[in-house]
Amino acid sequence: MLSDANVAAVWLTLKLATITTVILLIVGTPLAWWLARTPSKWKGVVGAVVALPLVLPPTVLGFYLLITLGPHGPIGQLTQFLGWGVLPFTFAGLVVASVFYSMPFVVQPLQQAFEAVGARPLEVAATLRASPWDAFFTVVLPLAKPGFITAAILGFAHTVGEFGVVLMIGGNIPERTRVVSVQIYDHVEALEYAEAHVLAGGMLLFSFLVLLALYSRKRTSAWK
Amino acid sequence: MISDQGIQARFQVGWPGFTLDVELRLPGRGVTALFGHSGSGKTTLLRCLAGLERRNVGSLKFKGEVWQDDARGIYRPTHRRPLGYVFQEASLFPHLSVRRNLDYGRKRVNGGHKVSLDHAVELLGIGHLLDRMPERLSGGERQRVAIARALATSPELLLMDEPLAALDLKRKSEILPYLERLHDELEIPVCYVSHVPDEVARLADYVVLLSEGRVVAAGGLRETMARLDLPTAFTEDAGVVIEAVVADHDETYRLTRLDFPGGGVVVARRPESLGHRLRFRVHARDVSLALARAKGTSIVNLLPVTVVEVADADTPAHVLVRLDAGGTPLIARITRYSLDHLGVTLGKSMWAQIKAVALLG
Repeated sequence: MLSDANVAAVWLTLKLATITTVILLIVGTPLAWWLARTPSKWKGVVGAVVALPLVLPPTVLGFYLLITLGPHGPIGQLTQFLGWGVLPFTFAGLVVASVFYSMPFVVQPLQQAFEAVGARPLEVAATLRASPWDAFFTVVLPLAKPGFITAAILGFAHTVGEFGVVLMIGGNIPERTRVVSVQIYDHVEALEYAEAHVLAGGMLLFSFLVLLALYSRKRTSAWK
Repeated sequence: MISDQGIQARFQVGWPGFTLDVELRLPGRGVTALFGHSGSGKTTLLRCLAGLERRNVGSLKFKGEVWQDDARGIYRPTHRRPLGYVFQEASLFPHLSVRRNLDYGRKRVNGGHKVSLDHAVELLGIGHLLDRMPERLSGGERQRVAIARALATSPELLLMDEPLAALDLKRKSEILPYLERLHDELEIPVCYVSHVPDEVARLADYVVLLSEGRVVAAGGLRETMARLDLPTAFTEDAGVVIEAVVADHDETYRLTRLDFPGGGVVVARRPESLGHRLRFRVHARDVSLALARAKGTSIVNLLPVTVVEVADADTPAHVLVRLDAGGTPLIARITRYSLDHLGVTLGKSMWAQIKAVALLG
């Protein structure tokens, strides 16, 4: 039912979403923690920058990423200096772009979860001899688990669903940057509606199931 | 009473609308009550002792060890201070069973366990709760587990922030006996924050009165509670705490006599056996004065006293009179009119009539 090209696109999409989600959980956790706890006046600025992809057209984000990561951009100069070449039109470039694009979908649920946990459990843990790191892993992480699940689901699903940024930064290279959303666009351009239906229907089903899982998760906490 | 074995503290911390500025020396054992109205800074002071209020500037020495000295850049973080802390509201980790809550602090303590887990569990009567999750406990049970959890770390200092405040009367009376056992059995100093005079009178040996972020009085419980020179906020509820021994039971009239240095009072029959020690509180408003031993009165408790001090009370119409009943202090709240008409002067011998005593426990 799936052509080889479609299988390659699905595989590439899942790989991109998985890697992006893992990176975002690692990068997003300290960022969300800082946003949840800091009294700094920079909190508003950083929070706004993180949220920008929610409102910007993907073409704008993609355009600036293309410039910055390109051969004449500052990051591009750095990656060339390090011998990594330039990132646009590579899978690595897609990962970098997706990390920025899906950032708010991971950072915001984590920030809310950390804010809900509050400072008190950390204080309690400190009076029970737990160092801040110890308390983070043994108290905050378990208490914020529902937030982590939401963040991972949203980050993954949003990366699967991206299109504009991929076109801007990754182009349309089979097995390297041609993800499902781009593949559907190609099929429709070529009037291959049957092929498009398979992928589009699959995306619809996938998205519905993800959101169904997210919204029907019990409001009760995960440890009960 | 207070030596290098105690606690020496000096803290300054403030934010808009509030300043705490205290200098304290606290005894190295027994229960110290940090007493004051809400907003007086007692919880903030407790948090400074625990190291939870990092914004404070000052110094803290616990039994000769420096825990904080900002002049020398020393600050020992909370998790490296050998203390136990009981928060006002339930603070159990909701994702851990009672047993794992108890183990959380205990297994992070290096070295000997002076307080065994079994002892803490037994002391607080929570043996039957070990496998439950915190959400399945009543408010009183949660607080008992929280106290046991703090004790299980074998703390050298126990800090308690109004551990009974969030509980109703029934739960309070359920926990108070356990707190009294702590008082009797623990060798370590306990700092106990409270705004309830009866709780303080029942549990404390030493009291620090706080008002608007400052210490207004500090000292032994009986001496401090009997002082008249305190702000009105404290004198409207003025009274003394007396420690007495059960001396006699009268089965005909169902009464019990309690003896204390310099006298005794008769109260309704108590269940305690002879020789048992009891604390009771006599409110100033329940003490009146007479020139001679009254005859034909229904008041049973009449004590010969000497007038020691007269001070303003909470209203201009009243005065507080400090009395000496053969070594035990009493305070009477009488009208200024009576003061003048009875000719109450320092050193005068009179009779105190005690309308009611509040037994604690």
